[in-house]
Amino acid sequence: MNATRSALLDGAAPGPLEAGQRTHLALWLAACAAITLLLSLGSLLIGTSSIHTSLGWLWSPDAQSAVVLWEIRLPRTVGAWCAGALLGLAGAVAQGVFRNPLAEPYLLGTASGAALGVTISLMAADASIGALAWAAQLGVTGAAFVGACVAIALTVLLARGVLQTASLLLSGIVVGFLLSAVTSLLLLTRPEMWREMQVFLLGSTGYLGWSSAAMLGTVLCACVVPATLLSRGLDALTLGEDTAQSLGLSLPALRLTLLGVVSLATATAVGQVGIVGFVGLVAPHLVRETLSVNHRYLLIASPLCGGALLQAADLVSRWIVSPSELPVGAVTACVGGAYLALLLWRRTRDA
Amino acid sequence: MFGIAGGAGRASILALLLVLCAAARATGALVLRDDLQRTVVVPRNPERVISLLPSLTEIVCALGACGRLVAAGQFDDWPARLNKLPKAGGLDDVNVEMIVSLHPDLVLLSRAQRVTQRLDQLGIVSFALQTDRYSDIARAVRLIGALLGVPARAAALNARIQRAVDAVSATAIARRRGAGPSAYFEVDRAPYAAGPQSYIGELLTRLGVRNIVAADLGPFPKLNPEYVVRRDPDVIFIAAADVSTLADRPGWDRIRAVREHRLCAFTPPVMNMISRPGPRVSEGMRAMADCLARVAP
Repeated sequence: MNATRSALLDGAAPGPLEAGQRTHLALWLAACAAITLLLSLGSLLIGTSSIHTSLGWLWSPDAQSAVVLWEIRLPRTVGAWCAGALLGLAGAVAQGVFRNPLAEPYLLGTASGAALGVTISLMAADASIGALAWAAQLGVTGAAFVGACVAIALTVLLARGVLQTASLLLSGIVVGFLLSAVTSLLLLTRPEMWREMQVFLLGSTGYLGWSSAAMLGTVLCACVVPATLLSRGLDALTLGEDTAQSLGLSLPALRLTLLGVVSLATATAVGQVGIVGFVGLVAPHLVRETLSVNHRYLLIASPLCGGALLQAADLVSRWIVSPSELPVGAVTACVGGAYLALLLWRRTRDA
Repeated sequence: MFGIAGGAGRASILALLLVLCAAARATGALVLRDDLQRTVVVPRNPERVISLLPSLTEIVCALGACGRLVAAGQFDDWPARLNKLPKAGGLDDVNVEMIVSLHPDLVLLSRAQRVTQRLDQLGIVSFALQTDRYSDIARAVRLIGALLGVPARAAALNARIQRAVDAVSATAIARRRGAGPSAYFEVDRAPYAAGPQSYIGELLTRLGVRNIVAADLGPFPKLNPEYVVRRDPDVIFIAAADVSTLADRPGWDRIRAVREHRLCAFTPPVMNMISRPGPRVSEGMRAMADCLARVAP
């Protein structure tokens, strides 16, 4: 602890890694990159048509296969990776800010807000009521994003700012329940929308095109940079709020920026792929299990891990019942839930 | 609940059934088996009927018994006179109190509605019918005709439906030159499709349309969107609200039906008519056939 504190006081870039740690980190990154590459290749080769064993198909596809390859599978793969990375980053930041290993991206009510936004937009699309026309204009993606942002605003407003983590958590839960209740009420009047809503609630990567992938990628860059720049603050926060403050950090500014990152990352991901659970919660844990690093590297490794996770889930979701597909969130929930159960089991056994 | 021991138990059930039938005959009631495999004793010529499922309600009205309905389901919207009736709730949020207060002789509902059990406990006669397939229509018409005491009208209605359906499908197939077009029927934009095993899929088959969805995927599979691009359907059946965003889906602008705008877009009332296995089956088919004649002659 003293070492961390002195490193922080030095004001130098995060504590220099020892040679062994450096090799470990390099190996970890290489493994992650290799897995991601393999998954991407798998994503390009596996789809509704039979699995092509020869890579040659990638270079000389017929016209229709070219469309499938370059306009459907590739953006879908890239988009799924970016969305997973955003959730992984948001999860890592949230766990740092709230100093709680069970914190996750949807903590601030984003999931329920996005779901409400989508419900309203779906109702508007069918009914084309004048007053709701704007909601239809936004489309499902835009409505989810707006809904998520509104939910965050409500949560922050209810907690009277971002200073008290406890009241933030509580307001997040309250806002989440309230908005879910409204969504349920609206859905009760329109049972034919249930199936479509369910797909959104369980997440879907099916319609990720190049524009979605580009947006996800841009937001990912815009979020990773400030998060890693503020990683030292997160390290300080692990020592307690008082310590962090005594180190001369401006807690309100730190929290506001980091929660802004969580909100932007989550809202964007939810808008594009729906509510994919567990990736944001599990990715930072997976990193911490395999890598012992400070927040700077955690905030780089978690997105990499989250990206690979969602890519893998996407692959499974469309391969296992092909040519039908499962909602990708159902896959992440099964795998993520099992992993967390294992983690908990090990922890309680060791305790 | 009751420990029934072999032959004695079976004998007592048989005895109970006999007593029920005897009692039914004495009071002029009807004993029928519904789609939940329950033996239901229904009073003869029920005058106060509640129907909670759109397709069943439409059958009641097509049998000329609309006047006997004292309440309908929330989504029952045809014929228009139903709008004046009290709405007794939707599929799983049925208003039990309202049903009790209306003193119905008979409640018609779907096999999947949980309220059946509650109505049993309250001593209200309910009859569950499954209407998922084309063949269910004739069966439901026959059973409802028997329940309402109008079996002759039911037979006539069934004959009329059959004639109209045959006429629509014969015309649709006759006016086509080559083989039937391939089509994708989108139930919603998730995308869920209507497979050949679904009711809508059966109607498509009757119109001589080849469904791009393989039969082994089940009635309403959630497809990988790529599947539709690969199968490149000649025609797409879709909700009118989803047409404008169709070309925005990755790769979908290359689908023949989208490129050449061979789209059959239906508003919610028409979509309801097409998707309800009821007396308006031929009208739903005609809506599809008219569009096919326009976009895939």
